Amino acid sequence: MSAHVEMRDLRVAFPSPRGPVEVVHGVSFTLGAEKLGIVGESGSGKSVTARAILKLLPRAATISATRLTFDGIDVLGASERQMRAIRGKRAGLILQDPKYALNPVMTAGAQIAEAWRVHHRGSARQARAAAIDLLAQVRIRDPGRVAALYPHELSGGMGQRVMIAMMLAPDPELLIADEPTSALDATVQAEILRLIEDLVARRGMGLILISHDLPLVSHFCDRVMVMYAGRVMEELRAANLSAAQHPYTRGLLDCLPSLIHPKDRLSVLKRDPAWEG
Amino acid sequence: MSDLSTPLSGNAAGLRAWLLSETPDSRRQAAWGRSYRGWLNFRRNPLGMAGLIIVLALLVLSLAAPLLTWQSPDVQHLAQRLAPPSAAHWLGTDELGRDLYTRLLFGGRITLGMVVAVVVLVAPLGLVVGAVSGYLGGMTDRIMMRVTDIFLSIPQLILALAFVAALKPGISSAVIAIALTSWPPIARLARADALTVRANDYIAAVKLAGASPARIIFRHILPLCLPSVIVRITLDMSGIILTAAGLGFLGMGAQPPMPEWGTMIASTRGYILEQWWVPTIPGLAILIASLAFNLLGDGLRDVLDPKQS
Amino acid sequence: MAAPMIAIDGLRVRFGAREVVHGVSFSVARGASFGMVGESGSGKSTILRAFAGLAPDWSGAMALDGQALGRRRARDFFRRCQMVFQDPYGSLHPRQTIDRQLAEPLQIQAMDGIDARIRRALEEVGLPASARFRYPHQLSGGQRQRVAIARALITGPEVLLLDEPTSALDVSVQAEVLNLLADLQAARGLTYLMVTHNLAVVAHLCPWIGVMQGGEMVEQLSAADLRAGRVAHPHTAELRALSTELEEAG
Repeated sequence: MSAHVEMRDLRVAFPSPRGPVEVVHGVSFTLGAEKLGIVGESGSGKSVTARAILKLLPRAATISATRLTFDGIDVLGASERQMRAIRGKRAGLILQDPKYALNPVMTAGAQIAEAWRVHHRGSARQARAAAIDLLAQVRIRDPGRVAALYPHELSGGMGQRVMIAMMLAPDPELLIADEPTSALDATVQAEILRLIEDLVARRGMGLILISHDLPLVSHFCDRVMVMYAGRVMEELRAANLSAAQHPYTRGLLDCLPSLIHPKDRLSVLKRDPAWEG
Repeated sequence: MSDLSTPLSGNAAGLRAWLLSETPDSRRQAAWGRSYRGWLNFRRNPLGMAGLIIVLALLVLSLAAPLLTWQSPDVQHLAQRLAPPSAAHWLGTDELGRDLYTRLLFGGRITLGMVVAVVVLVAPLGLVVGAVSGYLGGMTDRIMMRVTDIFLSIPQLILALAFVAALKPGISSAVIAIALTSWPPIARLARADALTVRANDYIAAVKLAGASPARIIFRHILPLCLPSVIVRITLDMSGIILTAAGLGFLGMGAQPPMPEWGTMIASTRGYILEQWWVPTIPGLAILIASLAFNLLGDGLRDVLDPKQS
Repeated sequence: MAAPMIAIDGLRVRFGAREVVHGVSFSVARGASFGMVGESGSGKSTILRAFAGLAPDWSGAMALDGQALGRRRARDFFRRCQMVFQDPYGSLHPRQTIDRQLAEPLQIQAMDGIDARIRRALEEVGLPASARFRYPHQLSGGQRQRVAIARALITGPEVLLLDEPTSALDVSVQAEVLNLLADLQAARGLTYLMVTHNLAVVAHLCPWIGVMQGGEMVEQLSAADLRAGRVAHPHTAELRALSTELEEAG
């Protein structure tokens, strides 16, 4: 299968009183039907990089790249109308907190049905049936009841499932999940990630999982891209994480406290200015 | 120790660098730097700047009225009544032959003076009532907000009429009447801010330092309610000017010989068709002043909004 | 035997009509660290807030160094017991300089030598003196959390309540803050009561751990037992499994 996303030398800059500030300095990657994890600390540019694929950045941002395509479509040259046809329909975005992404005055079912109808032809009845089916797919036990609930009646994990169901409604080819589980408890986090993993495998989608949690990402993804200060430090197969070469990746792994291997003192990451150069 | 870093006679570039320093050496430098950044922000807004300049100009013109005019605002020249603008009377004369330019500047003192008086009465009252009510919550909140609602429910003009009946028509009655009905919205606004602020961990942290409720309200909550109140009051000022003018028009504010803008329109309204400039000129003054305060308020909102920065 | 520094017995806390902590008892010896782990809504933070006097509707018994705590905390309590909050962005006043926020507890407690104390406090938490007159938004998340720790320590308390002190921070900064907390405890003999959802973090800092679920403390065990998997309650086992699953993968 051909590449979903091809990115060559992406640069993103934001204006500031002292002139434009570049926050992503030349990031390149290719994504097929696979799971790519982008890991980095706050300010590493990981979210900006992923959102640039859908041109979901504030209007003030300037994006440039020698090549940025989604399924062969040139994203940078695409009109806002073409982008709308991609966003939601062919690529979905799952955010950290479903509370802010769901419409508070519409029931969960109605929102999923609406997302479904934007991209399928069908009656309201069919849309409702599709919504309940999608809720079942994200493993909600009583989809009929949950479909009638409003967002404030949903727990965090349930809200995130509804969000995922909404993103799946148009059968996207790519799912971008930006810290999808950081607001959730560990038990729920594992379930949601397993759910995403399973759906991606079953539907042959591409997945970009953005997170600050290196062990988590490497556990669920095929490949991991480690970013720091707007640059890719290292890209490696998730299975080879323990063999990471770059001192930044190593530093990130070493500074984690461990339950199994107690450490008297945590090692502290030494930031090398050369990483930013 | 920190004062040594103040560039007392330093050049402008040095002062700018001192103000914009990322690592200030004293509380004073930090506060000044913060204000300076706010000013730089405000300066980028041309409409807000226009509002500020007009407001300042109006204040200066009114305060310096005796220096900028050469006649008394009350001297009547019945031979020259209702004269059109000319070299002798820049803006013409009114129905008693008084110079309109002179009366306009002196009128600014009264109209703007009333606005300032209302703000001085209203802002602290509304701020304190709102912050106390919002922070303490419970019974205190309920009682204070019901009292606020009662005041909110009384129409300004009716209250002014009551005051006129009880006291006597005049500027102070008008100011009190406007003030009594202007503080409730400010109290409501301050309360809403206080409600969100009090839930923050930094307020919990001050509580854990052992601070008394009064200290928490006045030192930690009030400063955060202030920006939106300032903006609200600036936006309200145009309303206050209009109400003051309206009371003057109805004969319940400033009394006829006084050159108050609203009163000036009221006493000359009969000439609107033949000598249109006579009532129009104070009307334009009211319009410009209201507009300027509105623009200023909008500009301040962009700078002071606590949700930004 | 000396009284424990923190003693909590049969604590119940209500928010309005809902009881969120259903009778929790534990104690922490002077100079020791006790950690509470659990998921959101398990009541772990509420216990901390109730002890600090921030959740007024409670019943049961709580004592600090043998002195029973009543409805209202005396000013002296706040000199002996302080708290560090989870979100360093929300726990510092946005319109006050660091200097002013550090001076506030000293002024309230009418302590002298404010200037010297602030300088010492900044140094102790590893912040440069240049940070003193900055505003919170001019500092990074890790620096803010250091300020919050400095503020908690400035009046010289014996007990520090730590509410998820590192969960809003990047992992590299988390390591720095955890090391700082360990150093401060060693230097000052502090007693820690910590709340977190991260088992690795709690086991790193606290030798004794209470597991919270649904407002109850379902198990108390040592960090060594938790590490070795000698757990009694299924919830503890579940949390442990989720934590180790990711570690082993890495």
